[in-house]
Amino acid sequence: MSDVYVMGIDMIKFGRFPDKTVPQLGATAALMALDDAGLTIQDMQALYCGNLGQASAMVGQRILQEIGQTGIGVVNCANACATGATAFREAWMSIKAGVNDVVLAVGVEQMGKGLLGGGGGAAGIPKEGLLGSGTMPAVFAEAGMEHSRNYGTTFEQFAKVSVKNHHHSTLNPKAMYQIETPLETVMNAEMISYPNTKLMCSVNVDGAAAAVLVSEKKAKELGMARAVRVKASILTSDPYSDRDLVMPDVNAVTRRAVKEAYEMAGIGPDDISLVELHDCFATAEILHYENLGLCKDGEAGRMIDEGEVALGGRIPVNVSGGLLSKGHPLGATGIANIYEVSTHLRGEADKRQVEGARFGMTHVIGLGSACGIHILEKVA
Amino acid sequence: MSEQAKDEGPLPVVPWLKGAGTNDPYLEGQKCGCGAIFLGERNNCSSCGARDQLKPTRLSNKGKLYVYSIVHRSFPGIEVPYISAIVDLDGGGTVKGNLINVEPDPAKIQFDMPVDVVFDDALGRKDKDGNSYISYFFQPAA
Ligand SMILES: [Zn+2]
Repeated sequence: MSDVYVMGIDMIKFGRFPDKTVPQLGATAALMALDDAGLTIQDMQALYCGNLGQASAMVGQRILQEIGQTGIGVVNCANACATGATAFREAWMSIKAGVNDVVLAVGVEQMGKGLLGGGGGAAGIPKEGLLGSGTMPAVFAEAGMEHSRNYGTTFEQFAKVSVKNHHHSTLNPKAMYQIETPLETVMNAEMISYPNTKLMCSVNVDGAAAAVLVSEKKAKELGMARAVRVKASILTSDPYSDRDLVMPDVNAVTRRAVKEAYEMAGIGPDDISLVELHDCFATAEILHYENLGLCKDGEAGRMIDEGEVALGGRIPVNVSGGLLSKGHPLGATGIANIYEVSTHLRGEADKRQVEGARFGMTHVIGLGSACGIHILEKVA
Repeated sequence: MSEQAKDEGPLPVVPWLKGAGTNDPYLEGQKCGCGAIFLGERNNCSSCGARDQLKPTRLSNKGKLYVYSIVHRSFPGIEVPYISAIVDLDGGGTVKGNLINVEPDPAKIQFDMPVDVVFDDALGRKDKDGNSYISYFFQPAA
């Protein structure tokens, strides 16, 4: 089976674009990725498109209607917050299978403001605030509190995640926000669902990201100078655990995925130079240091306290600013984080460059649940 | 069944709350031979894959607080704050609900604190036909 390479990849600056359509945002990112690869839509053999909000509305085809109706096969996919990673992985798989040599993957989302999560429900009366909370900040607060009960993790430690990621985003011009948020500011922000304050919740933004993936044969033809090798692509669903159906288990689904990813890549956590992981809430990031094997179980609090996961630390996490500050356009997130890691592996991340980056990991969680992990390797 | 319950008074907030119109309401689980307990009727076990082996089982009215969040912002019209709690029931089964009769302050809430499952009107909420409902809540053990 051929290795698969990212030949072109880009994202639009995340923000709010109420005057644009979803296909327009996706088309913009697609053209940027094609330009980055030095290719055109006529070179593409298939399009894999990830979007949640219009999952039944043929977003991929409508992107082609914006940039070139070449007649290629289009797959539209939705997989909660793992949507973009799933589209990327389907593209990867088509090359692995030997079906295609050059394909395009696009992730795009247009978001409203406000809370995400289970609202009313079908029959009877609304259950929110009656049978606990189905809002995302509360669900991920509860997931974080499991870490607190196991290891004594504090509100302050969770808050430090947000301080770090907001700091990182000041170095990323494509992030939604570039503002420092000191610890007191984070902790004193409006409490949404204890222990997550407003600044510890990801930002709902519009966004799009796209990638051109190619086979080894094609990569050699085009030149390897800026190519990034896809060393592992893994997708899992949540294995059964006792509380999973009441309290979504984002840990088991991640641990299963990362084990498979390290095996596929033939490397271990010590080889990873940087990680973009799913910090949909500050509480979630803490869990994933351990889930991804970046430290031993119970050490995540120490990791954030000692700055090991900050830019310049032992294993920088979310140097893009993460979903907390770069923003979280659901369907775009999984390709945007591949863009971030690829940019570091290419040595093009400017002020936030992780020096000497050779391997990088991306991780997303779609609640319900899906986990997508990619390991990428510098080539040249 | 639902017609009957309607005549007798409040409806159950979820189908697995049994005895809504009686003085002995309880939560019902579906238990598999492998030990897994689910809420609500289903055909198959998602833990071991067994088919048609699930048996109704009365869940305990006592349990321990596993984790919680204090919700300060929710959807429009939902009164805040409230404590969203995940409780492990004695003898098996995990249930999510509101923890009541405790101050919504992390200092007042302890992991593993014993709780009782209590049944009461569903905060005055009624469906579009005007039916009232009985819900379950958790409160510190008596
Ligand atoms: Zn079973």
